[in-house]
Amino acid sequence: MVKRSIIEEKFMKLFMYASIALVVFFVASVVLSVFKRGIPLLSWEMVSSLPGGGFYMGGGGGFLNAIVGSFYIVGGATVMGLIISIPVVFFLNVYLKANSRFGSIARLAYDVLFGIPSIVYGAFGFTIMIYFGLRASLLGGTIVVTLLIIPIFIRSMDEVAKTIPSELLEASYSLGATRLETISIVIRQIAPAIATATLLSIGRAIGDAAGVLFTAGFSDRIPTSLTQQTATLPLSVYFQLQSPSLEVQDRAYAAAVVLTLIVLVLSISGRIIMNRFSRNKIQ
Amino acid sequence: MRRLAKDRLAGHLMALLTITSLLLVVAMGIGLYLKAAPILQEHSLWELLSASEWKPMKNQFGFFPFLMGTLWVSGLALLIAIPISLLTAIFLTEYAHSMVRRFVFPFLDILAGLPSVIYGVWGMLLIVPWVSNVAGPWVQRNTTGYTVLACGIVLGVTIIPLLVSLFIEIFSNVSHELREATFALGATKWQTAKHVVLRKTAPGIVAAIVLAASRVMGETIAVIMVCGNLAIAPGSLLDACYPIPALIANNYGEMLSMPLYESALMFAAFILFFVVLVFNLFSRLVLKKIKE
Repeated sequence: MVKRSIIEEKFMKLFMYASIALVVFFVASVVLSVFKRGIPLLSWEMVSSLPGGGFYMGGGGGFLNAIVGSFYIVGGATVMGLIISIPVVFFLNVYLKANSRFGSIARLAYDVLFGIPSIVYGAFGFTIMIYFGLRASLLGGTIVVTLLIIPIFIRSMDEVAKTIPSELLEASYSLGATRLETISIVIRQIAPAIATATLLSIGRAIGDAAGVLFTAGFSDRIPTSLTQQTATLPLSVYFQLQSPSLEVQDRAYAAAVVLTLIVLVLSISGRIIMNRFSRNKIQ
Repeated sequence: MRRLAKDRLAGHLMALLTITSLLLVVAMGIGLYLKAAPILQEHSLWELLSASEWKPMKNQFGFFPFLMGTLWVSGLALLIAIPISLLTAIFLTEYAHSMVRRFVFPFLDILAGLPSVIYGVWGMLLIVPWVSNVAGPWVQRNTTGYTVLACGIVLGVTIIPLLVSLFIEIFSNVSHELREATFALGATKWQTAKHVVLRKTAPGIVAAIVLAASRVMGETIAVIMVCGNLAIAPGSLLDACYPIPALIANNYGEMLSMPLYESALMFAAFILFFVVLVFNLFSRLVLKKIKE
């Protein structure tokens, strides 16, 4: 009997090594296959110029419109997301009691919002925009992406804010500070969390295609006002891959490399910040 | 006392902000439902869900092919992702050195952070050709590669990081004393994992899987790129399919001229919203209970 359990142990361990190897293989395969196909095609012209004439038939030019468009949307959404989320996190953790019923319902609701697919956000956002007479635009895309990343912001900052010891808040109150004035202490405690949450949200926002598909539209030019349509990197990859022309497809792969690089840098720096900048944190 | 008044005012403003942001869930449900109402007046719910003819120009809106597409693809993705994620999580919590963990976690991070469209590109570059050149000929079938199989593999890989991190969180709630007690009885690590950890965390595992299922069902761009977009209910892994998110994303531009068409797509978004909402509520409540 002893033998059987040891054989089973060996077998299962083998399977576990195999699954770990599979996970590592998948990561390497996704990243390397995109890089291998795209990097030889990447040129300075592509990331620094707008689509030229006949771009979608294989003409010259690049996808600067998509890079800038993505940064506009992500920048706007991140700023708005932070402005909305920080007060909410503060409210949930300082103004509400630790075991407040409203607090737990709110956290559940943000979890649910986090789970709702971006295509549903996009469809909902689009109907709202039509209701207000808005067309697909930089503004519309930014609003939908903001809504999309607010739950990420709130949940990841809240996770850390929850661990702030109540003694710390009480010490601040006992010195005569109001709850509002205690914010500076809370902010210092969750600063690394704000930084990682921001990077996480930027990563999600810049890669999101389904949410901006109807709400931001697409354009070959860099938008000069909030009401103009704008291109985004993921959609630029997606649309160009649908083209029958091989040259246009090549450019999609080059754009995919740029997008992957941005996301990789964000995810790696997020991890570094999480590890390093926790010095004000009371454990 | 101006400081106290300021404190109270700020509190009210923050409460307002919190409540407004929460109302988004309600607004979304109501908004999508109102938009879907016209098609529900014209056709019964059962008719919409069970009919398989999709001809918007002839007022035929059968969602059956799309529902089946979503079911096939999600089912396959979970079948692929669950064993890999479970074994990875068991290994990382029960066996691995912290060195190994530090090596594997960044890989999971990267996998979690990659955008859907990149998975789609990967699917088109590697998985679709593999299905068409290897898997298809293997069972003597001619296929373009844009199939349920390709879609299921791509989606399966996208949810591995979510599943692993949920499983790890659940497993770490099992107390060390419990594990040590079984070791003291002479159990091997796998026996402990199988009889104690897995059994003790079974509800949590189910909840994690439900959560992952809801994530898979909403995936859009990666799906469009590899599913084949054919509005016929798939009969095998090597058939093309057309899941619900792909339906919404592909037809959005052209539907504006026809009110009923728009309503049909909003109905599709509402189904997606509703199912994801129920799945999420269920699994989050179970996971929360476990944590306590």
